[in-house]
Amino acid sequence: MRRPVFTPIPAPIPGRLWLSAAAALLAGVLSGAVASHAVGSAQEASATIDNFTFAPAQLTVKTGTKVTWRNEDDIPHTVASSSRLFKSKALDTDDSFSFTFTAPGTYEYFCSLHPRMTGSVVVEP
Amino acid sequence: MSDATQSRGNTGLSRRKVLECMTWAGTGVLWTVSGGVPRSLGIIDGALAAEPSKLSFMQISDSHVGFDKPANPNVIGTLEEALAKVKSLPAKPSFMIHTGDITHLSKPAEFDNAQSVISKAGLDVHYVPGEHDLLDEDAKLYRERYGKNAKGAGWYSFDANGVHFVGLVNVVNLKAGGLGNLGDEQLTWLADDLKGKSAETPVVVFAHIPLWTVYEKWGWGTDDGGRALELLKRFGSVTVLNGHIHQVMQKVEGNVAFHTAMATAFPQPAPGTAPSPGPMKVADDKLRSLLGITEVNFVRGQQRLALIDKPLQG
Repeated sequence: MRRPVFTPIPAPIPGRLWLSAAAALLAGVLSGAVASHAVGSAQEASATIDNFTFAPAQLTVKTGTKVTWRNEDDIPHTVASSSRLFKSKALDTDDSFSFTFTAPGTYEYFCSLHPRMTGSVVVEP
Repeated sequence: MSDATQSRGNTGLSRRKVLECMTWAGTGVLWTVSGGVPRSLGIIDGALAAEPSKLSFMQISDSHVGFDKPANPNVIGTLEEALAKVKSLPAKPSFMIHTGDITHLSKPAEFDNAQSVISKAGLDVHYVPGEHDLLDEDAKLYRERYGKNAKGAGWYSFDANGVHFVGLVNVVNLKAGGLGNLGDEQLTWLADDLKGKSAETPVVVFAHIPLWTVYEKWGWGTDDGGRALELLKRFGSVTVLNGHIHQVMQKVEGNVAFHTAMATAFPQPAPGTAPSPGPMKVADDKLRSLLGITEVNFVRGQQRLALIDKPLQG
């Protein structure tokens, strides 16, 4: 498992802002990847975990999309399917977990450590 | 951090005041068990020494060894301070209970480091796991160290000086959208464990997540905690000791006194005062007033346990 954050961050950008900027950049790269790939190749989408919340709470993707969750909170969380289809290990700050959805449907998930945290992935044909 | 300073700092802090000052997180609570319902003596250092107590023990909680974020980059240091506080007590407690989140990520080195500090108290320690202690694959490490003689996910009971202690586990098999969970198997065991105990037996129940609903939105409660309390209803003195929320909260309902301890690692916000219940960063010179332990005293013939929350710094 990676060492948790708090490596010195180049001033004057505050840590949180830097993380958000990095996440935005990452999201941009990922969505760019989705857009630029032809049908049939791997598609990707991302979600973040912060402040004990999955965002977006509902994510809509095409069948075959690999979804990556990244924990930006300073407390570990998990991504656990309510139907036990998938479950991450405990994700420390900056750790991520991916799962590829191969069939259409609505997939509910939650954090098995803080079960009030819930989200869903809607997979379209 | 002398006792004199501590006492001055705490003078006049009534129990109501304690309830108002919920932003504290704790070092330890001193509990005195007395035949009936436990009772807080407030946060006065000398109170324990003045009580002719039959049994006193310490509660320590939420050490989160391995945590290194800004809310407290030195959790080993504050844990050491908490243990130093235990060692400096005028009357040596009989034992300690640890109400979970010993480690932050259930890594072997975190368990080792926690153990090496906590053992400095020279006291037996009775543990229950927090959700942070069961993160390794198969949740083996906690069980190997602390749960060898326990049932199920780690629940057990023992007796000391006529007081019945029950350690419960409410951090496994959590359901989506829900709160803490005890489960049928554990509740059946609890019913059986309490069977045959006289109603006069003082009972102390300890678990990581509060058994009562402190704040549902943040998951601070136990879905089937009410079923456990139903089983405890016939007893004249029930004390429920929890951690998880990193601050002192208490209430008394009938014969049941509920109390949560401060953490030794980092404070968390009062319910609803922040976007999430995550670690709360406070000014460096304020941190130690929000971390602490709890001392508990039992005096036979009195109905209540006496609880003393002891911040690392008054």
